[in-house]
Amino acid sequence: MHKQPIMQATRRAFLAAAGGAGAALIVRPAKATPAAMTAAIKQVVGEAQINSGKVKLDLPPLVENGNTVAMGVSVESPMTAKDYVKAIHVFTEKNPQPNVISAQLGPRAGKAEITTRVRLADSQQVVAICELSDGSFWSDKVDVIITLGACLEDNLI
Amino acid sequence: MSGPARLSIFAAPLLLAALVSAGAEIALNERRSAYDDMSRDNKAMQDDDTSNPGMLAVLDGEALWAAKAGASGKSCADCHGGAKASMKGVAARHPSFDASAGRPVNLEQRINTSRVQHQQASPFAYESKEMLALSAYVAMQSRGEPIAPPDDPRLKPFLDRGRAQFNQRQGQLNLSCGQCHDDNWGKSLAGNTVPQGHPTGYPIYRLEWQGLGSLQRRLRNCMIGMRAESYAYGAPEYVDMELYLMWRARGMKVETPAVRP
Amino acid sequence: MARTLINVPQKAKRGEVIAIKTLISHVMETGFRHDNMGKAIPRDIITSFVCTYNGEEIFRAALHPAIAANPFITFHTVATESGTIAFRWTGDNGFSQDASAKITVG
Repeated sequence: MHKQPIMQATRRAFLAAAGGAGAALIVRPAKATPAAMTAAIKQVVGEAQINSGKVKLDLPPLVENGNTVAMGVSVESPMTAKDYVKAIHVFTEKNPQPNVISAQLGPRAGKAEITTRVRLADSQQVVAICELSDGSFWSDKVDVIITLGACLEDNLI
Repeated sequence: MSGPARLSIFAAPLLLAALVSAGAEIALNERRSAYDDMSRDNKAMQDDDTSNPGMLAVLDGEALWAAKAGASGKSCADCHGGAKASMKGVAARHPSFDASAGRPVNLEQRINTSRVQHQQASPFAYESKEMLALSAYVAMQSRGEPIAPPDDPRLKPFLDRGRAQFNQRQGQLNLSCGQCHDDNWGKSLAGNTVPQGHPTGYPIYRLEWQGLGSLQRRLRNCMIGMRAESYAYGAPEYVDMELYLMWRARGMKVETPAVRP
Repeated sequence: MARTLINVPQKAKRGEVIAIKTLISHVMETGFRHDNMGKAIPRDIITSFVCTYNGEEIFRAALHPAIAANPFITFHTVATESGTIAFRWTGDNGFSQDASAKITVG
């Protein structure tokens, strides 16, 4: 798992010196685009309308390290047999692929709130969408800025 | 997160820092753990043992402590008993002087000496899952204890060497550890707050690594940042530096397994 | 075997909403990285997490490479009866890990 640090530093220094032309040499996977995210969302919601509100995406606006970011999603819902949250989905705009997590819950959850830890490859918009038992979809968006660390060892994303 | 971009923002503030002459050691009452500068979420991650991912390794370490190993057929527990009592404060006192080696050894080296000499087992590799797990389990038994470097005159020359290294300019950026961690702590370096660099929580679960790592991995990481050539794991230079850093953090509380960005 | 860390209250009142926290050791290799030689590192992630309460499914999540290493997932459920809350993580390369916790509901 460990790379040769000296080699890496040298390669980076070279790429820095080579400027824009050098940057093109970096082998990076294609990033998802806002269009890819839109397509991934469409797979979940189909032609249904997405309303804003009811769902709250909890992410810090400024993140020191995008490799592990605490994220929470909660939905205002009585969570009764007749009125509950069916699913919570999270998408990103610029990670290598747009899907993050899709959780299915039901009235037995009692409370529609989940947390996890995510990877954010870049400063970007993150979108949470919930599906309620009446078939409606609701969303929340957060713009996250990933500040670059000074002494990173390696790219993990 | 491209390499070149990172290199340039890294270099700029450091050039400024290089203009500042090497300062004095941080006053004892001004010392602070990097924990204090973490976000609410990251503090919560460290504080709750059921959400601290470093605890997964601690559980592995607990199993290793009880597992029989090597030709001796003995476990750590067979000789030491329960780690809770027998290992309390041990990590807080390392590196410590080892008479047969004629120099200080760190906790990892102490574990390996026990494995080889007493269990007749093969040593664990540095940064291996096993070494990180067992050292995390042992070090956690000192959680909340003050860091207490042994008052042992035999350690003096090694401590001095560690201090000299800390203040020695090195690498392509021609920086010393002290220029950041003594003279410029609390200021911003790219997106980070420069910490004082106290080894209070090793092995740490670093969010950047998405895993556990030793103090030597962190030192290596710093040296890469300074564009200096790093030493091999277990090198005496690292152990001397660990000794100095523990002395510098004397009296501060052990936090293992700490979480850091 | 992957190490798991589960936090379920041992006791709860009937009808009480309880928080469940789960951690599991796993690299969550994204499949988007390359090694030193430029060779792609194949994807190795947990793709699914399922929780059952006395055999009935109460929570399920599909995970993607954007979930950080050593996945941490928390959610809630209503304490309905005493019994077992069971967890199963499955993923690439035939990965499967089970864990469970007992709960007494009074």
